[in-house]
Amino acid sequence: MDNIKDFLKQLISLPGLSGYEAPVREAIAEAWRPWVDEITVSPLGSLHALRRGQGPEPRPRLLIATHMDAIGMMVSQIVDGFIRITEVGGVDARILPGQPVIVHGRRDLPGVILQPAPRLLPPHLGEKSAIDMEYLFVDTGLPAEEVNALVRVGDLVSFAQPPLELTGETLAGHSLDNRASVAALTVCLEELQRRQHVWDVWAVATAQEEETLGGGFTSPFSVRPDLAIAVDVTFARGPGVNSDYRAFGLGKGPVLGWGPNIHPALFKVFKNLAERLDIPHAVEVMPRHSGTDAFAMQVVAEGIPTMVVSLPLRYMHTPVEVISLKDIQRAGHLLAEFITSLEADFLEKIRWED
Amino acid sequence: MKDLIRKLVEAIGPSGYEQAIRELIKEEVAPYADEIRVDAMGNLIVRKGQKREGGLRIMTAAHMDEIGVIATHIEEDGFVRFTTIGGVRPHTCLGGRVQFVNGVRGVIGGEKLDSMERVHSFDRLFIDVGATSKEDCPVKVGDVAAFERPFLDLGKRLVAKSMDDRIACAVQIEALRRLQTTPHEVYFVFSTQEEVGTRGAATAAFGIDPELGLSVDVTLTGDTPKGMKMAVALGKGPAIKVRDSGMLADPRVVRWMVEMAEKAHIPYQLEVLEAGSTDARAIQLTRAGVISGCLSIPCRYIHSPSEMVDYDDVQNAVSLLVALLSQPVNLA
Amino acid sequence: METQNLPLDLLERLSNACAVSGDESEVRKIVLEAVQPLADEVRVDALGNVLAIKHAQSQPSLRVMLAAHMDEVGLMIVDEEEGGLYKFEIVGGIDPRQLPGKPVWVGKDHLPGVIGARPIHLTTPDERKSAIATESLRIDLGPEGSKKAKPGDRAVFATPFKSVGPSLMGKALDDRLGVATLIELLRQAPPHLEFQAAFTVQEEIGLRGARVAAYALNPDLAFVLDATPAHDLPTWDGSENTAYNTRLGRGPAIYVADGTTLSDPRLVRFLLRVADEHHLPYQIRQPGGGGTDAGAIHRQRTGIPSVSVSVPIRHAHSAVSIARIEDWANTLHLMTQALHALTPEILNMER
Repeated sequence: MDNIKDFLKQLISLPGLSGYEAPVREAIAEAWRPWVDEITVSPLGSLHALRRGQGPEPRPRLLIATHMDAIGMMVSQIVDGFIRITEVGGVDARILPGQPVIVHGRRDLPGVILQPAPRLLPPHLGEKSAIDMEYLFVDTGLPAEEVNALVRVGDLVSFAQPPLELTGETLAGHSLDNRASVAALTVCLEELQRRQHVWDVWAVATAQEEETLGGGFTSPFSVRPDLAIAVDVTFARGPGVNSDYRAFGLGKGPVLGWGPNIHPALFKVFKNLAERLDIPHAVEVMPRHSGTDAFAMQVVAEGIPTMVVSLPLRYMHTPVEVISLKDIQRAGHLLAEFITSLEADFLEKIRWED
Repeated sequence: MKDLIRKLVEAIGPSGYEQAIRELIKEEVAPYADEIRVDAMGNLIVRKGQKREGGLRIMTAAHMDEIGVIATHIEEDGFVRFTTIGGVRPHTCLGGRVQFVNGVRGVIGGEKLDSMERVHSFDRLFIDVGATSKEDCPVKVGDVAAFERPFLDLGKRLVAKSMDDRIACAVQIEALRRLQTTPHEVYFVFSTQEEVGTRGAATAAFGIDPELGLSVDVTLTGDTPKGMKMAVALGKGPAIKVRDSGMLADPRVVRWMVEMAEKAHIPYQLEVLEAGSTDARAIQLTRAGVISGCLSIPCRYIHSPSEMVDYDDVQNAVSLLVALLSQPVNLA
Repeated sequence: METQNLPLDLLERLSNACAVSGDESEVRKIVLEAVQPLADEVRVDALGNVLAIKHAQSQPSLRVMLAAHMDEVGLMIVDEEEGGLYKFEIVGGIDPRQLPGKPVWVGKDHLPGVIGARPIHLTTPDERKSAIATESLRIDLGPEGSKKAKPGDRAVFATPFKSVGPSLMGKALDDRLGVATLIELLRQAPPHLEFQAAFTVQEEIGLRGARVAAYALNPDLAFVLDATPAHDLPTWDGSENTAYNTRLGRGPAIYVADGTTLSDPRLVRFLLRVADEHHLPYQIRQPGGGGTDAGAIHRQRTGIPSVSVSVPIRHAHSAVSIARIEDWANTLHLMTQALHALTPEILNMER
């Protein structure tokens, strides 16, 4: 892709909250179509793109999952033209007051999230209290009758900040979790045009990761891959998370996961590959749940050897997440190198060393 | 339909022990079913129709099980200590009556508390079955019971200890009776173990492998004094679920249900539920994924011994379910 | 009671091996060595479960899955600091109050280390009222210990197994007792059953191995062999203990209900009948929370009738658990008799 930045800007400018991924799914399908042999959509709405390998049939299969759904809000009630909201995915209510949003009613309505004055709130909520989401409202500036005619319970509310370029080849915006990984997979697919690979590659943009890991549980069931990789974001070091072992340098390369969700032999292959290719990288220790689609994919059907590759992201689950474009390029390149390195008998190397 | 409802809601059938209610439902559906089977988890699976052109394999699930209690210890003087099956809350227990699956009845008493303002925790409650000692106590550790309370007909509003989810069982039975023709292969599932984590529906869905899944269940309301903030109210029609805390209904299913309700002039409400989930959660993630949604019956005081529904909502739920299942499904 | 045939040496090796969830290699090695001569088919799956199958000698046979988990609760190193000190996180359900002042074994080579605590002299009375925060604790490998371990390495309590009078003590009796029992049952597998032994991984972090094992084996029914806490101690105020879960010396604990499973009532009734017929002691594990691999197994495919049988152990998920040899012997005896008596008829009964 000539300009991954513009593609990513396009991706994060499209809605596609969990369960409602159609708008972003279509944009991804359009970008991937020239580079894959087949595109289908799963019953849950995950995008499955197959790029066939050049090996003899039956070819082993690799599935790479990048979730495309985004967090946001949903209308739970309408009171006198003011819109009460609930979260879709994990939203910290403390970042909401004053946020510009779009209410996806019968037509898209711009709005802003209001924090009512203290006199309108329960007396136990003092000036230092966080205000729970149930007390916040979206105000569209429209009269109540018009809101009632245009908005219904269950309508989606998404963040409205446009993408913003910061210094050092970084991009800020909402939904970079996990559209940045979709971009990385796109970089990988493009690179594969110029390369030979033996295995079939299933590029999958999963649905509902932020809510139920729904795509992670269901897509591998239909594809039945021999190996599965989840590409997702992880925490970048920054204000508030400077000395945390769970945080990694922004722009310092992709992060390789290690822990019970990850097959140790697969981890080793990735680690050796990154070292051999001189791709800067870090290792993320995940003692329990990896917090990604890999958690689901690993236990689908008879079980699948899984790997997690992550991109460091600042301010996760806010509308001003920050990602490094270089990390996206490097992760995409690493995935492409991994794919081209897969030989027909690679599965024999994925063994438990006892 | 009230006679059917009375029969269903008074039956005893805590999660995992649905035998009695299953037999009852089996009798009701037998004359209308094309096939009946019971799977390893005890789900009652009732098929109606064969898949024809434009038809789908559809599963609808209403759970037969209800919340209950299970004996953990018999004290020397014959009192039965217990823990819960499903989401029982202690403040609805004291003074309540239970019936064990083996027929034994008992009342729930509590230890003396320091303050009248406090609520008993479960470890300070016990069941008194009228025994005088451990030896003559007819209950053993591991025995299971459900709450006992007669059906109450208030005319427009109906009350019972197990509206969740016997009212939906009644809706499914009635819909099966009224369903004259269908292009679909419809599996009415009366599922087990929903209250402990939608366990029965998961295995039933795996076996049926449906193309479209619906659950029929109760939902909370926001229409009682200083209650929760929620848009659903009793008497405004069945609710079409958009989301709950365990699943996002497929937007295509929501749209289809809304269109069918409007076309048939059936009142409906849209539901966003922030606490709880239904069998649809399990159905949706079965195998390669199932397009799923949920038809809800608004219900006050859920998981108390007096759960209340509106009779018009119930009848409208039947009409909507029949309308949905009688014609080809448009998910465009 | 026969206890002379119990595989005590095997249990000792298993209990001393380190296998924190996700890193079961050391136990898997022992299991593979033991089951290879006993089974017709042995394989290790994508998650590291060992699946060992002994085919039935006659038809029609019943496919019976027996599961015991190889993993144990423990610690994972997440960060290295200067001077041989390592930050760690808990894997599985360990009460953080069990950690201070304990020796540990780190990594594949069982490097000795300690988790210390601030000297009492330097603490205030107020401070001593609160539990010590895990975040403040470190694993110390000694002043020359830097680079000897790395983030991602696992650690366990350093407790060698021992046999003390009627009791057994060890760090990982949960669930090496089940693993040893299952190996023994496989040795004497009755010929009329298709015997599917699953030595599972990642039980302590969400029953993950058993899930895929059950899906792959697709059994007709399943027994889970585990260890369960015995809280048979005095209560703080001397009142009757009504929440003991199980009691040592009362025999195998049969499950009716826990936090993840409502046992198939047919299998519960069957086990009780077999125990009564053979005059074996047993107890019903008090219904309540907690869970075993049955929680994952019974929900696979179209549903798999399941029940769990546990050896009661005191102080589970701490540095030292204590079990009674006779409870283990009676568990093995009950399961042996049950498997002999098991026929496909059981599935035709009303649930």
